Amino acid sequence: MNTVAAIFKKEFTSYFISPIAYVFIVVFLIGTNFMYFQPFFLINQADMRNYFGLLPWVFLFFVPAITMRGWAEEKKSKTVELLLTWPVSDAEVVVGKFFASLAFLAVTVALSVTIPITLFVIGNPDPGPIIGGYAGALLMGAAYLAIGLWVSSHTENQIVAFILAWVVMFVLMIIGHPVVTLKTPAALVPLFSFLGLFTHFESIERGVIDTRDVIYYLSMTGVFLFLNAQSLGSRKSE
Amino acid sequence: MSEKTGRLMLEVRGLNKRFGQVRAVSDLNFEVRRGEVFGFLGPNGAGKSTTMRIITCFIPPTSGSVLVDGLNTADYDLAVREKIGYLPESTPLYADMTVKEYLAFVGRIRGLKGAALKSRTDDMFSVCALAKMADRQIGKLSKGYRQRVGLAQAMIHDPDLLILDEPMSGLDPNQIIEIRNLIKKFGEEKTVIYCSHILSEVSATCDRILIIKDGRVVVTGTPGDLTSGHRGGGSRYTVRVKGEAESVLRSLKSVAGVSGVEAEAATPEGWICARVNTEGKEDIGEGIFKCIADSGLSLSELRRDQTSLEEVFTELTGGNR
Repeated sequence: MNTVAAIFKKEFTSYFISPIAYVFIVVFLIGTNFMYFQPFFLINQADMRNYFGLLPWVFLFFVPAITMRGWAEEKKSKTVELLLTWPVSDAEVVVGKFFASLAFLAVTVALSVTIPITLFVIGNPDPGPIIGGYAGALLMGAAYLAIGLWVSSHTENQIVAFILAWVVMFVLMIIGHPVVTLKTPAALVPLFSFLGLFTHFESIERGVIDTRDVIYYLSMTGVFLFLNAQSLGSRKSE
Repeated sequence: MSEKTGRLMLEVRGLNKRFGQVRAVSDLNFEVRRGEVFGFLGPNGAGKSTTMRIITCFIPPTSGSVLVDGLNTADYDLAVREKIGYLPESTPLYADMTVKEYLAFVGRIRGLKGAALKSRTDDMFSVCALAKMADRQIGKLSKGYRQRVGLAQAMIHDPDLLILDEPMSGLDPNQIIEIRNLIKKFGEEKTVIYCSHILSEVSATCDRILIIKDGRVVVTGTPGDLTSGHRGGGSRYTVRVKGEAESVLRSLKSVAGVSGVEAEAATPEGWICARVNTEGKEDIGEGIFKCIADSGLSLSELRRDQTSLEEVFTELTGGNR
């Protein structure tokens, strides 16, 4: 457990060493605030449904940027060779890195707290859906991050890691979207909408936390973290 | 003390490693005793780094076994890693961390905490002379300092076995001497495996040497064994005399114990440089001198040549043919 904590701390602080992290946080906040507040007074409703509706799309670009460095940098600078000869198991390293990226995402999303504060100042919103929405956003973010880190473990190139992660996430997103499901054979539709990252966010967007969605996101996270550990272990069977 | 020298720190038994069709290591057998500084030599691509990666549990062997302090790497992966300190080739470090942060991180991974962590990091700062650089980013350090951070990282948990893969590459002569002293100091109590292709380094620091080529052991022994046991046990003299080539050769051949003489063409002044090979190890310098003096030739140089480890190495590993 101590080793996981050590890796978590190292990874988490390393996000903040480079100025890119701050640039990203600022871009994220300005972008989401702008998109949310532009139609805000037209809609004239004190809720955050539209804000949470943006997040799957914003995460599609934001999360690969967080995770692209994860393994690609370790492989390129060969630090992975030292890291994996220290007394840590592959799984501990994977988990440490994952939670560090989740913490970074949580910090970024938490900084959007200005939006609910504004809502409470100018209106009378229902806090339940807002809290539910934030919790759901983190669950979805966790699944995205696990995918991004897994992709990053397959390449030495951060740009490749970004693009591939984007592609994998995009496919998993739209697979359950009507754009795809309208054209797929009827037999496959339930499977596709079950697998789609997007479909499971619809009720979370409304602030409703459904156990099925929670289980879905947690298992997606678990599966990709497992695959990540597997891909590290693949050096052993070469 | 007897326990220290008696037990084996590392046993490598029938080690094989294949990468697809390529055999990186073939049937490698060797052992390293406790308290030894062991030189692991070979030309580039001989399988040195692969062997080290197997010993440090980064990759498993295709077949064969490695025992570190009696523990099999296949069964006691994490326990073996705790006993080993490893500095890989090219010294991979996290460039964006400061030296202090990095050593604290490695210490925590190694299970150190609180006062123990503090005292071990302080020790490393003084042993590796890094105190001045504590708050610098590793990426901004010179090669020599990076190397010291790499060594500090490998020694922070006071490992029983220290494995260094090409620790001197890219260092200037002064830095090499500093690092060599560090290794020697550490090697007084602990076991060190030192991979290199710089032979003078190895002969200066190591108690025992193993030379590997194409993944196979070519020869193993002390630096002394390797240099003296070479060329059938004979030795060689270089003689510079002034005189007619034929008569010089004839008189040198007549000296007792000489097995052969080769001479280079004479200089315009008439000096001839001859190489005299002997059959046995005994010193025949006096005989050569007397023979030259008796034939009335002038002598400007008479030297017994030391076979260098370089020659042994080049001969055994066959250059790049």
